[in-house]
Order: sequence, then structure tokens, then C-alpha cells
Amino acid sequence: MIEVTLQHYLVLSSLIFTIGLFGIFLNRKNLIIILMSLELILLSANINFVAFSTHFNLILGQVYSMFILTVAAAEVAIGLAILVVFFRSKGSIGVDDASSMKG
Amino acid sequence: MLSMAVFLPLIGSILSGLFPKFLGKKGVVWVPSILCVFSFIISTFLFHDAISGESYEFHILNWIQSSSINISWSLKLDVLSGIMLFIVSLVSSIIHIYSIGYMSHDPGQARFFSYLSLFTFSMLILVSSSNFVQLFLGWEGVGLCSYLLIGFWYKKNEANNAAIKAFIVNRIGDLGLILGICAIYKTFGSLVYSEVFFRAYSFAPVDILILGQPIPVLELIGFMLFIGAMGKSAQLGLHTWLADAMEGPTPVSALIHAATMVTAGVFLVVRCSPIYEYTTYALGFITIIGALTAIFAASIAITQNDIKKIIAYSTCSQLGYMFFACGVSAYSAGIFHLMTHAFFKALLFLGAGSVIHALSEQNIKNMGGLSKHLPFTCIAMWIGCLALAGIPPFAGFFSKDIILEAAWSSHTLLGSISFYLGIVTAFLTAFYSWRIIFLVFHVSTKNNYEGVRESPMTMLVPIGLLSFGAIFSGWLGLDLVDTTKDFWVDSITVIARHDTLQYTHHVPLLIKLLPAIIAVSGIALAWIIYVKFPKLATIFSIKLRLLYVISYNKYWFDEIYEKYICDPIKSLGKFLWEKGDIQIIDKFGPDGISNFCINFASRLRKLQSGYVYHYAFSMFFGLIIFISWHFLVFLGVY
Repeated sequence: MIEVTLQHYLVLSSLIFTIGLFGIFLNRKNLIIILMSLELILLSANINFVAFSTHFNLILGQVYSMFILTVAAAEVAIGLAILVVFFRSKGSIGVDDASSMKG
Repeated sequence: MLSMAVFLPLIGSILSGLFPKFLGKKGVVWVPSILCVFSFIISTFLFHDAISGESYEFHILNWIQSSSINISWSLKLDVLSGIMLFIVSLVSSIIHIYSIGYMSHDPGQARFFSYLSLFTFSMLILVSSSNFVQLFLGWEGVGLCSYLLIGFWYKKNEANNAAIKAFIVNRIGDLGLILGICAIYKTFGSLVYSEVFFRAYSFAPVDILILGQPIPVLELIGFMLFIGAMGKSAQLGLHTWLADAMEGPTPVSALIHAATMVTAGVFLVVRCSPIYEYTTYALGFITIIGALTAIFAASIAITQNDIKKIIAYSTCSQLGYMFFACGVSAYSAGIFHLMTHAFFKALLFLGAGSVIHALSEQNIKNMGGLSKHLPFTCIAMWIGCLALAGIPPFAGFFSKDIILEAAWSSHTLLGSISFYLGIVTAFLTAFYSWRIIFLVFHVSTKNNYEGVRESPMTMLVPIGLLSFGAIFSGWLGLDLVDTTKDFWVDSITVIARHDTLQYTHHVPLLIKLLPAIIAVSGIALAWIIYVKFPKLATIFSIKLRLLYVISYNKYWFDEIYEKYICDPIKSLGKFLWEKGDIQIIDKFGPDGISNFCINFASRLRKLQSGYVYHYAFSMFFGLIIFISWHFLVFLGVY
């Protein structure tokens, strides 16, 4: 049984962050996936907070992670609400359909 | 007093020009006219003062003060400006009153009277100024008003063209005047009459270097000022605008030809007599141009068919007389003729206006036998023509006679030439005057003139007044050229060896009577050709085909100018427009910059794909690049 150190956490969080990032970049299908990817990015930040909190033995990081979870929940609520309205007007939630700002 | 005489017409002009609603329909015509009459009454007193030996300068305001230039608004009263004030305000008032009748059906009355008064004001400023800059102001004001009035019926294309032509031809002359004024300033260091004229004689031997050639400075100034005068007074070469200016309403023609505008040139030369007296070539030039213009314009007038054009060319010709009088140093004779001419020429124009008003027709070939229908106008035209032709005792006889005598007794080659040209001109003058009289009033035609009636009283009264002037002004004005009396005090300078008027007492009787005899024979010829044997006119025009065509086409001056001056300038302008403006300035300037912006922007907008993930991607990579760069700097790699 190997010991789980700070590095492991950081590697995990950066992996999750990268997955979330590429989820945004490469996703062509629908906007919900973008929301999910955003969740992943926030989650990776949370992992970092908690990891450093235990590493430095400070409770503050965990408090922050609670706040981030709250913000993430609010963001998803708003994002989904926008999605519903978007779907009503466009009839789809495809990423490529959200391009009315094309120059 | 003096400033009131000058500024009353301006007030009239402003009132009827800017507040026509306030003045009402009657007010816009009567207010300027009455103010103008007041101006005339004051001018009469001023003239009287001036003859009694009073002369002063009235300072109003400082105008330009810059190092050594010191110019003020100030009015000058001496005999010369006094007599000009008198003539200008008198004829202007009469024409104002005449216009009340003539323009009564025109919707633009307020505008017309405003321009008319402004015209009078400009001319009064011109004649009463005490320095060259203020003179120039009046000069340009007169030019502007002539433009506005010639183009008064701006819906007529010819009127617009004529107005533009008058303005542009005058600009050519004005350039000469400006150069002359600059030369005066360079030479004398001052532009005030009194200072310049006082010191003129001391500059007689002074030369100025032009392109390395020494030229007597007074000659140069004289030439330049005379070019200005040629433009304004329609002398040979710059005369083309005068006949076209007939497109304006007839009172305007009368005003331009009698009181304002064209007399400005003569006035300028007379005013600058202290400078001209010390020149030889400039005076000679004036003499020969004047004499040539006289005969040239008269020879055109004999074949024209438009009644106003004939009178216009006649003005041109009479101005020639005035100029060669000045050229032989008989300045006072020039002003004398200016005065008598103002009366009878205004009379002729107003008479012609009365005919046109009655018939709505200007071609004399289509008139005839009008003496029954327009008896008053007929008598007035007779008086005008008698005065114009110089039949004693009408006004023109005295002034024309003294000019010809002065030319005869100048005993120079140019003086003699101009004397003979003047005699021939007198013959032609009488001929074309009676051509008008006979063709318009006497020879009967098949035309039916029932319902043709005399013009209203506002038109007939001015004509009557002018008839008096045309009869008596010559006899009353003899003092002007009387060398035994010191009429002009010191407003005109004539040096002793130029004093041609002094020698006119020794002219043989034949020479004294020659102009009148010649005039009578001119009338006789006109009678023979147009009344006795009406077929002769056609025969002559066929036999003398060449001369007739030359005269009828006005020596092709317009065509020559068109071909050799206007067209090249036009094609140069077209070239510069197409190649210079469109292909260089526009291409690289405004159009170039905007095209660049359009191209650049259309490339840039391709970046705006509209996809969220593109933006996110570029944001992220931008962030990475910045951070990496920062790290590299931080680590000291760069």
C-alpha cells in the first residue's frame, strides 16, 4: 500500500482540470457537456484546496471548497436555465448552433 | 453728415433684406428708396460744401493696425468724392423709384431692393474712401452686388452664366488692382491717399526691379491700377461681361451702367491722377485702350438687335471716351463726361426698360411705330439719344466736345490717334442711336400694338427727371472743365506740361464743331438707311458681308476666349481632377484609408467564429503564453 501524498492529489486535480478543459475545447455535441466540464474544472480546484488544507493543516481551504461547491451549484442552476431558454428559441442545444455572434 | 450719406443705403439694404415681414409689402420697396433719396439730399449739401472749398476726412474706426500698416475706416470729402457722391446717389435714387414700378410684379422685391441699396452703398464707400484698402472693399462690394443683381432671376440659366462671367472677368481686373495696391504699399509704405499722393512726385525717378529689369515704379503702379479699372469699366479685352450683364433686370443695367460699377474704373484713374501725372507709358496705354474701346464697342453696337445690348455697347464706348480723356490728362473732362453720361445713359436704359415693360420684347427688329403708343418714352429716348450723340445743346455735346478738344490739343501721337478714333466713334454713336430710335419708334410695322400702354407713374417720373439731367447737366456742368476757375481745388492733379484743357481754348472752330457735324451726319445716314430706303440695310449687310459678320459676332471675342483660355483651363482642370484628385489624392487618401480599414476588418472578422469553444481555447492559450513568458522572464531566460 503506497502512501497517498500531496503530489498524487495535485496530479489527480490537474488531470481532472485538463479533462474539463478539453471537454470544453473538443466538445461539438451539446452545451450540457460544457456545463459538466466546467463542473470538473471547479472540482479540480476543490481537490487542490482540500489537499493543501490537509497538507498545511489549515481548515481554511476546506471552508473555501464549501464556498466553491455553493458557487458551482448556483452556476449550474443558471446555466441550465439559460440552456432551457436557448432550447426554446433554437430548438436544439448543439454547441455549433450557438454561434449567432459569428462575424 | 458724410457718414449718414454713405450709410443710409446700407440701413435700407439691411432693413428690406433681413426684415421684409416687418416692413410689409409696401415698406420693402419704399423704405430703401426713401433712405436713398435722403442720402441724395445730404450728398447735395456735401457737394455744395465741397465746391465751397471744404475738404476733410472723417475718421470712423480703426480697422487694421499691424506694425507699419495703419488703416482706418474713414470717409473723405473733397470735390472729386463730392461730385461722385452726388451723381451716384442721385442716379441710384432715381433708379430705386423707377424699380418700384418696374419690379412691382416680381415676388423677389425685398431681395431686389436690398441688393440695389447695397450696390449703392458699396459705390458710395468706394468713392468716399480715404485709403486704398477701403476703396478695395467698395470695389469688391460693387462686384459682389453686380453678381447678385445680374443673376437676380436665378432660375434663368443665362442670367446665372452672365453673373458668373461678370464676377470672374472682374476678378481678373481685381488681381491687377490688388497688385497695384501692394506696389503702392511697397513703394510708399502707406495706403492712405493723402500720404501717397503727397509724395508721389518724389518717386517719379525711382525704379523697381522686376525679373532684373528696372521699371519706373509709378508706371508699374499705374499699369496695375488701370488693369483693375479695365475690368470694372469693361475696357477692351475685359469688356465681355458687360453685354452679357443685360440678363439682369433693366433697372440693374441702368444702375451698373450709369451710376455704379463701370464708373468706378474712371473714378480710380482720376483719383490716382497724382500718380498718373508722373507716368508716360501708363497714360499712353490708357489713352490707346480708351480710344480703341470707344470705336470697337461702337462698331459692335451698330449691328446688334437687342435694344439693351446696343445701349450696353454704347456704354462701353462712352467709357472709352472717359478713359482717353484721362489718358490725355483731361481728368476733369473725364469726370464731366461721366456725369453727363450717367444722366443720359440711365435715361436710355430706363426708356428701354419702359419699352420692354410694355412689350416684353427686346429685339428691335420686332418693334416699330411705337411713338404713337409710348409717346412719353419716345420723347425721353429722343432726348437720351440726342445727348448721347452729342448734339448741342444736350448734355453729351459739351462733355464729348471737351474730351475731343483735349485729345486734339494734347499734341501727342496717341492723342491725335484717339482724336480721330473719337470722331469716327461719334459718327457710329449717332448712327446706332438713331437706328434704335427709327426702328423702335418710327418705322411702322405690321405688328399690332393694341393694348400697349405707357408704364406707371413711378417709372415715368424718374424718366422725366433724368431727361432734365440729360438736357441741362452739360450746360450746368461746364464749370467742371473751366480752367479759369479752381473748381477741383486740389482733388485732381495735373502737372503744367500735361495741361491739355488749358490749350482747348486755342482749338480751331472746325475742330470744335466737328463732333456735332459728324453726329448730325450719322443721324442722317441712319435716316437714309432705315427710313428713306429701308432696303438699304439689307443691301449693306450683304455687300459689306465681312464687316457685318465681324461686328455682328462682336469680333468673336467670346469665342476666342472660349477656345484659347476657357477650354485649356477647363481641360487642365479636368486633367487635374481626373488624374490628380481621383487617381492620386482620393486613391491614397480618403478612399485608400477606408479601403485599408475595410480589408483589414474583413480579415479580422474571420476570427469571430461565434463558437464558445474557440474563444475559450484562445483565451486559455493566451493565458498560457503570457504566463510562460512571465516565467521565462522570471527565470532570467530573457
